[in-house]
Amino acid sequence: MSIDIEKLKAISSQVRRDIIRQVASANSGHPGGSLGCADFFTAMYFHILKHDPNFNMDGRNEDMFFLSNGHISPVWYSTLSRSGYFPIDELATFRKINSRLQGHPATHEGLPGIRIASGSLGQGLSAAIGAALAKKLNKDDRNVFVLMGDGELQEGQVWEAMMFAAHHTIDNLIAIVDWNGQQIDGPNDSVMSLGDLPAKWKSFDWKVSEIDGHDFGNIINTVEKCIDNCGNGYPQVILMKTEMGKGVDFMEGTHHWHGKAPNAEQTINALSQLKETLGDY
Amino acid sequence: MLNKYTYTEKKATRDGFGDGMTELGRENPNVVALCADLIGSLKLDKFIEENPDRFFQVGIAEANMMGIAAGLATAGKTPFTCTFANFSTGRVYDQIRQSIAYSDKNVKICASHAGLTLGEDGATHQILEDIGMMKMLPGMTVINPADYNQTKAATKAIASYKGPVYLRFGRPSWPVFMPEGEFEIGKAIVMNEGTDVTLVATGHMLWYAVQAAKELEESGVSVELINIHTIKPLDEEAILKSVKKTNVCVVAEEHQMNGGLGESIAGLLARQHPTAMQMVAVNDSFGESGKPEELLKKYGLSTEDIINACKKLIA
Repeated sequence: MSIDIEKLKAISSQVRRDIIRQVASANSGHPGGSLGCADFFTAMYFHILKHDPNFNMDGRNEDMFFLSNGHISPVWYSTLSRSGYFPIDELATFRKINSRLQGHPATHEGLPGIRIASGSLGQGLSAAIGAALAKKLNKDDRNVFVLMGDGELQEGQVWEAMMFAAHHTIDNLIAIVDWNGQQIDGPNDSVMSLGDLPAKWKSFDWKVSEIDGHDFGNIINTVEKCIDNCGNGYPQVILMKTEMGKGVDFMEGTHHWHGKAPNAEQTINALSQLKETLGDY
Repeated sequence: MLNKYTYTEKKATRDGFGDGMTELGRENPNVVALCADLIGSLKLDKFIEENPDRFFQVGIAEANMMGIAAGLATAGKTPFTCTFANFSTGRVYDQIRQSIAYSDKNVKICASHAGLTLGEDGATHQILEDIGMMKMLPGMTVINPADYNQTKAATKAIASYKGPVYLRFGRPSWPVFMPEGEFEIGKAIVMNEGTDVTLVATGHMLWYAVQAAKELEESGVSVELINIHTIKPLDEEAILKSVKKTNVCVVAEEHQMNGGLGESIAGLLARQHPTAMQMVAVNDSFGESGKPEELLKKYGLSTEDIINACKKLIA
């Protein structure tokens, strides 16, 4: 399928507006990582994934996507609703009482598109491996994707899962790391350095790719190449360079907007930088 | 009624689990098993031999095992995670809480070597807090069968129940005295009807409770003996019905007093039918190395302790 980059850019601009408006309205949430992953989510849900918005929990015969760093829920909620999983107006309920859009993603309220709760970090890769094993048992040739934060790689469970995936040749799984170099308390390198991240994954016997998470062509071509590579007997990871806060100049490149909502004035400023392309909710 | 509860052989509850898994492997193609480097201890050899594709060795990585089980359940499988009770609960509590319980995943957490009867390995492995941790999780079913037969039947029953389950069993060879066959989750078994004292027991302690009830009956005390294999959901009706007759209740379990079955029953009775109670349980203490029966005696969990608790209430 040819890539309509202009269409994807228009969608991701609206997704970024949705992120700012959700977080501003709730006066809480995580705009930084959400904005940084807006292009990736747009590429996944509007081009790459073979998925059914008439949601089936078991994901039989479709691609399955897991979000391990659940705090970037605003970008996921926006892309899910904009691709037809639930009404776009529901974004207005984000983080409010009686909502299906919990602060961190959850299955408990039955929000279509979510397959497991995440928020407590380091758990998503294991769940994705389980789903990938089930697909193999079911002779289902679709694949499983999981997005993780770079900071959450500090959790030991991730490395348990990395070891398992290589040992058990989980080759229908593609992991993506949002490699923005930032976490709540500051840059990864000052909080707890990840060191030579590509070398670490390689030494765990994963095939490693590196991409620019704001270049639609680069995202799509690389993920599709990994998809073609599935079934070859090894797990694959894409280390995706992104900029936290991408698209809103005063939020870019700093950890200060990891988990903070903009005030009214900042919200107006942010939205003035993001074109309304598909209509606000 | 009590006379029929006797035994001719001893077998471990974990053997009941292993044999239950073997039958499940043959009968239910949806069942898969995961183990964290304890295949022999959990008696999984036969299941693995017969279903190599439905078994996943995860190595010594219990957190990952819980997450993988959650993923398998998401995609429609019925995963059984298999390791010691200590590593099935406290070590992985957050993984169970978020990925399994809150996410409502159909995962069966199968936990061997629970309690003091683990024996010689000592307190590092003798978990006495697991029932409390697991019963606090919303939606979690907690089952602690009493012998080989009941464990085997419970293993098979939980496969056809949809929802997260904690199944607790143990290491030692123990009398086999319950009948084979049916297991109804959440349904207490009244093993003896009586009017002087309600004696409730779970897990290995049930055999001691049977002994205690026999002795008490011989001395003229009428004991209503209740087998609570399902700690949550608790069969409240059976307990209330019994204490309304007896007005006193003793609970025996191989667990901390804090957070155990006794505490659940005390809560129920405080709310609905305030009743004098005694708990035969470990009192805010870790265990130690020793033989199972020596340890149960030292920590106040012997047949004699149960008899004394009953006498205290009816004196």
